[in-house]
Formats: sequence, C-alpha cells, structure tokens
Amino acid sequence: MKGIAPILLVVAVLAAVPLVVHSNTALNFLVITLLTALAGQGWNILGGYGGQYSFGHAAFFGTGAYVTAILQVRYGVNAWPGFAIGIAAGALVGAIIGALTFRAGLRGSYFALVTLAFAEVLRILASVAPVTGAGVGTLIKLDLHASALQFESRAVFYWVILVLLAVSLVIARTIENTRFGAWLIAVRENEDAARALGVDAFKVKLGAMTISAAITAAAGCFYAQYFLFVDSGIAYGTRMSIEALLTPIIGGAGTVFGPLVGALVVKALGEVATYVAGDAPGLNLIVYGCVLVLVIAFAPRGLIGLVTGAGRRLARGKREVAHG
Amino acid sequence: MAESLLAVSNLTRRFGGLLAVDGVSIAADEGRITGLIGPNGAGKTTLFGLISGFIPPNEGDIRYEGETITRLPTHERARLGIARTFQIVQPFAGLTVRENIVVGAHLRHRSRADALAAADVVGREVGLGGMLDRPADTLTVAGRKRLELARALATEPKLLLLDEVLAGLNPTEIREIVPVIRKLCDRGITIMMIEHVMQAVMSLSEHIFVLAEGRIIAEGAPAQVAADRGVIEAYLGHGAAKKFGAQA
Amino acid sequence: MFSPVILIPAILNGLMTGAVYALVALGLTLIYGVLHIINFAHGALLTAAMFAAFFAFRLLGLDPYVAALLIAPLFFVLGYGLQRLVIGPASRGDDRNMLLVTLGTAIVIENVLLYAFRADTRTIDLPYAFQTIGVGFTFLAIPRVIGFAAVFVVALALWAVMNLTDTGKAIRAVAKEKLGAELSGIDVPHIYAMTFGLGTACVAIAACLLMPTFYVNPTVGEAFVLVAFTIVVLGGMGSVPGALIGGLIVGVVESLSGLFLGESLGQIGIFIVFIAVLLVRPTGLFGAKA
Repeated sequence: MKGIAPILLVVAVLAAVPLVVHSNTALNFLVITLLTALAGQGWNILGGYGGQYSFGHAAFFGTGAYVTAILQVRYGVNAWPGFAIGIAAGALVGAIIGALTFRAGLRGSYFALVTLAFAEVLRILASVAPVTGAGVGTLIKLDLHASALQFESRAVFYWVILVLLAVSLVIARTIENTRFGAWLIAVRENEDAARALGVDAFKVKLGAMTISAAITAAAGCFYAQYFLFVDSGIAYGTRMSIEALLTPIIGGAGTVFGPLVGALVVKALGEVATYVAGDAPGLNLIVYGCVLVLVIAFAPRGLIGLVTGAGRRLARGKREVAHG
Repeated sequence: MAESLLAVSNLTRRFGGLLAVDGVSIAADEGRITGLIGPNGAGKTTLFGLISGFIPPNEGDIRYEGETITRLPTHERARLGIARTFQIVQPFAGLTVRENIVVGAHLRHRSRADALAAADVVGREVGLGGMLDRPADTLTVAGRKRLELARALATEPKLLLLDEVLAGLNPTEIREIVPVIRKLCDRGITIMMIEHVMQAVMSLSEHIFVLAEGRIIAEGAPAQVAADRGVIEAYLGHGAAKKFGAQA
Repeated sequence: MFSPVILIPAILNGLMTGAVYALVALGLTLIYGVLHIINFAHGALLTAAMFAAFFAFRLLGLDPYVAALLIAPLFFVLGYGLQRLVIGPASRGDDRNMLLVTLGTAIVIENVLLYAFRADTRTIDLPYAFQTIGVGFTFLAIPRVIGFAAVFVVALALWAVMNLTDTGKAIRAVAKEKLGAELSGIDVPHIYAMTFGLGTACVAIAACLLMPTFYVNPTVGEAFVLVAFTIVVLGGMGSVPGALIGGLIVGVVESLSGLFLGESLGQIGIFIVFIAVLLVRPTGLFGAKA
C-alpha cells in the first residue's frame, strides 16, 4: 500500500517555491501550471484510473468557472461559498452526463464523442444565454481581499491552487488504496470480467465521473477567481478539454503524480516554443499535439510509466543475474 | 431431493434469425460437478452467458437457490454466489497476479487489507503462491487459467461456471489442474463445466448434458452419454454411430 | 413561419448543404467501416483542404471545381501517408491509442494552419457564385446545385471503386474479416492506408464544393466534424447509404432549426440529435454494432 508521504514531500517542496521565487511572471507561470495540473487530475480519475476517455472535460471546468462568477456578479453571493457551489455544480453536471452515457452503455470512441458533444452544447448555450453575459462574458469585480477570494500577492494565489492540487493528489492516492479504486481499475482493464466478479460497473463509473468532474470544476472556479473573466470560449472551449486530457496522458495516466508531471512538461515546452519561435497563435498547441503523438508512440504509459518501466526492467535484470 | 441449486427451464435465445439456444432445460445439483459438452457452435458459451447474466433470454427462466434470477444483472448474480470464468482468458493486464485476485476478493471484503489476505489464500490454493507479485501478463497459458480460476474463487461462489478451463493446456498441465478442480467440489462448491477435453470432463463430472445446435440432445451419467447414438452423431456426423457399432 | 414559401427553400437548401455534409461523412464512415476507428483528424483535414482550395483560387486562379481534380489526389496521398507513417505505427492497433493519436494529429494540423494563416476568415468570390436557377417558385444558387450533383457523382465513383476494382474488393475483405484477409495475402497496412487516403480524398472534394458558398478559417473544420460524426452515428457507422441519407436529414434539420431558432442555436439542434441518437440507438439507422 502506498502512503501519502510522497505527496506531503512534493507539496512541501512546491510550497517553498514562492519563498525563493519572487518574479511575478514566474509565479504566474507556476499558478497556471498547477491549475492545468488540477484540471488534468480530474480527467485522470475518470480517464487514467477508469479508462473512460472524455474529450469534453471543459464541460465541468466551464461550469465551475461560470457558476462561481455568476453567483458573485448577479446574486451577490460571497466568493467562498460561490467556489464550493461551483464545485458542486460541476459534480452535478458530471453525474448527469455520466448517468446518461453509462446507462446507455457508451464506451470508447462513442463516449469520447458524446462528451465532446455535451461540451459543445454548453458552449453554444453559454454564448447566447443572457445569464452568462452571452458573447460578452462575465467579469468579476476586482476586490483584493481574502474575503472575496482575491489576493494582491500572486504567492497567495499560488498557495491556494497548491492546496487544491494537494487535496486532489490525496484523493487519487485514497482511490488507489480502496475497494472503489480496485473496482475502477478492473473496469478499465476489462469491464466484462469485472462485472463477472461482482463489480457494479455503472455505479463505479458514475462515481468516478462525479469525482472527476468535481476536481476539474474546482480548477474552473479557481480560474474565475484568478483571471476575473469568463466567456464561453474560455469556459467550454476545446482548449481546456485538450489540456485536461493531455497532462495525464503525457505525465502518466492512472498515477497520482502523472498530471502534475505532465503539466510541468507541457507548460515548459510551451514556454520554450514561444521563446524560440515567438508568441504566435497556435504554436503551443502544435507542440502539444506532436508531444501527444510521440508519447503514445514511444511512451504509452507516460513519462512516469517510462521511469517505472525502466526501473522494473532493471529489477528483473538484477533478479535474473542473481538466479542465473 | 431438494430443488437443484441452479434450475434452467426452457431457456431460448435468438440472434437475428439464428436460434442459438432453443428451449434448454438443465440443472446443477448442489455439491456436484455437472458437465456441459457438445460440438463447436452448439450454444454452450451462449448458455453460460445467459446463466451469468451477460445476455438476456428471449424466453424461459433461471432459478438459483429457489429464487428467479432471470432479469438480475451480472454483478448481482455474482453477489448471490454465481461466478464464471471466460473461454478466452483476459487477466487485468497492468496488474500483478495478487492484484487481479484482490478484485474478486473485494466482493466479500471491504477493507483492502482483508482482501489482500484473502487473495493470498486463494492464490496459494490454485497453485500460484510463488507468483503473486508477478505482472499477470507474464504468466503462461496454464498460469492464466489458474488466475482466472483464482479470481472467480475469491468471490466465494456457491456455483462456479467453468468455460473450457482446460483449453490450451498440455496433458501435464491438465493432470495438474484437475485435482484442483476436484478439491473445489470437495469443498462444497457446485461446478458446471463446459469442456472439450473428453477424458477430463468424463472423469470429473457426475452428470452430463449434451448440447447440439442449441438443444439438449442427451443427459445422464458419463458412461451413458458416451454410448448414446445421438451424441456420437452430433460429434462425428450422420451415420457415424452405425459405423462405430454403437448401441442405440 | 410555416408557409411553404419559406419552408420549401429552407428544405431544399438543407438538402443541398446536407449533400456536402454527406460527402464529409462518407469519408468518415468509410474509414470507420474498415479501420474501425473514429478519425478525429477528419475535421482538420477538411479545413486544410479548404485552405488548399482557397489558395488554388487566389494564387493559381483555379475554379474550385477544377482545383478538386488536383487537390483530391494530393489529399489522397496525404491521407495515405498519415495512416501509414503516423497513425498506424503510433497506435499499434490499440483502440484508446488510436483515439488519442488521431486527436493529436487533428491538433497539429489545425494549429499549423492557425500559425501559418492566422485566424482570419477568408472567402473566395466566384463570378457565378450568386447566380441562381429557378425551381418552381424558388431560386437555387448555382454552386450549391453543382455541389449537390457532384456529391452523387463521387458516391457513384466510390461505389465503382469498391465493387469493380481489386483494391476495392480488398478493402471490403479487410472490413469484413481482417484476419482472413491477412491470411489470404492482403497487405493490411497498405489497405488501411488506401482507405484512409480515400476517406481524405472525399473530404478534399467536399472542401472544394464548400468553398464557393462558405468561408474558411482554422477552426471551421471543428464545426463540420461534429456534424459529420452526427451523420455517421445517425446513419450507422460504416454504412455508405446511411451516410448519404443521414447527411441529407441532418442538412434539413440544421436548416429548419436555424429557421426556427436562429443561427447560433441552429447548431444545437444537430448536437442534440447527435446525443439523442447515441443514447437511444447507437447503431444508427443502417449500421452494424460498433
């Protein structure tokens, strides 16, 4: 059984970063990276551990962002409960989509397609509905006080997203250590065999979808508080769906730290690309797309899988030498 | 005698125009090994699919421990104690042998520690004791068959449906696994097995059903069934019985 | 709103748009029927072909219907290369990997276009783009009528390839029973690549048919691909008649929902049909099980 000690270590190291790094640009980069890692960790629960590849995770990100923003702007709700409600709303959307699609028995490509469609429907609705500000979007009023979940110092924002990420890491580890996790992974590997062993595949997938949606929604809520602006493209556009999927796949799907590793690599590559070729639209995504194809071709278990696979081969080699 | 543990009556399943299972009625008596044989394409695996809940029947019912389970989903049947193995073994590839068995054990044990302990016991029982930490996809065919068995056993079944568990094994491997199956029966588990390895199924089973073209064409003790003219013709073709001088 | 004077042109226009949608879907369903993958790169390839048609007009002065004769073979080769050199090797036959690899390919193609050509929307202006022919009491734009006819010509040509050529027969063999085809000596990776090439060529022709009446920017393919998926799912994965009929139906649905709900919500009509079909009858009207 794996414990949470590695998580505590990683979080402690990350928490210390703002004590040595003071540049706002660097801190901004790190905040965005951790935000992406959080969204990816959400995808990881359903896609990495559960094997159900969603191509529309933006549906949950956007719901979290919009609900948080709209509650503050239109209904005067305080940011803190607004944040919590945003997460709950995202989880609810996840549960609904999950119930519909899993009840219909959709798997594989069909599941990917339908999740894509749901995200698109939400995007179109958000782009015309008056409550979201339609095409103009929703702007949260600047109010740099902790009570409004806004902070003057970027370091504090960094610590907030770090706490959220830490919680998501603990959730992933807990899933790994429980019956729910064993069942979820079994469903991923072979759903029919799992059912024959008494696993209620529908319930397990639905549970994973709800948790997954809640975590990605939390990333959306944070986005709203950090950038103070949400529109339909940002909230429900395919970019977020792609990043949520990309980070765990590259880092290592079905592992606790996969999304974090993936986010660091992806964002770092993006920065390198911008440095080398200038800040042009689309450049980042070209790099991401290439990395995705390369990872699937040469390291299908992600970067973490590459490392543990090498470790395992080394161990087996040592064992064979000892017995040979 | 009390009602059988498993009683299937008049079960029928159609796929488009094909009648895969046609009015089949069979039973498995508690504590015994029942064999299910028949030529390829007879509908045996479809029948297992119907009994275990993967395929809904078009007609007929299935009673288990006196209760009707015809519409119950697969995982509920597993909880009631019906376990099955698959013809084409598919271990959970990315996991170790122990982790594979744990999935089954978790049906009866909520805590991971308990499930791991139970998995160890079951793993040793089927002879995989030394390989529990190995990745499941490194096992040989014989190992994978044992793993398939172990996973099903970990769910603590009362009725175990074995689908060609001996297929692909060489004579030595068969000789080694048959006693394992017999020991399960001694433990009180009711077993129904689909098999093509005649010698094994004849020696293990106490009662045999013969399925051909979706219908039961014979049943009885192994010796009885082996001499049945209809059975011989089903396997060897029309006129074979006469050729081999079998009794009618 | 319900008067025939408004409804009938909407339906006719829907049919003509639907025919081009059908051609896009045809490529997709062909690829699915043989390779059993949902080609997420389809939309990006459509966009790329539309850019090709645009530049053929702008730089070479080629009418898109003429350019199609150049662009279709070019994209056939592109599709062949993609499957043979990238998608096939990278995914090694695993379903989940294929999903991701085609997605990755889509992302790269679309963003290369974005990087190279920026996000501006471009159109081409054909001298006869707005000429119409009269049908009953309504007028139909000539390019759309040509497009409608062209689609059926292509469908017929595809039928001919599938049933009369050796390659076509090999493709059908692989679609039906891959292992058997392999054992009979058919070079499966080559056939896969040929199929992908054919599907991409269909999309390229559709792009040329669309340019006169539509516009192009790097994200236009995304909208089309979801429509194409809807059609394929509605008509049944792998079914050619399904793609054609499904395309016509979807074209009409889009036109009518655009009429009743307005431009932006019109698209929603399609997605809702899509989700509904997937949830209720994933095999579609004509298709086999996925």
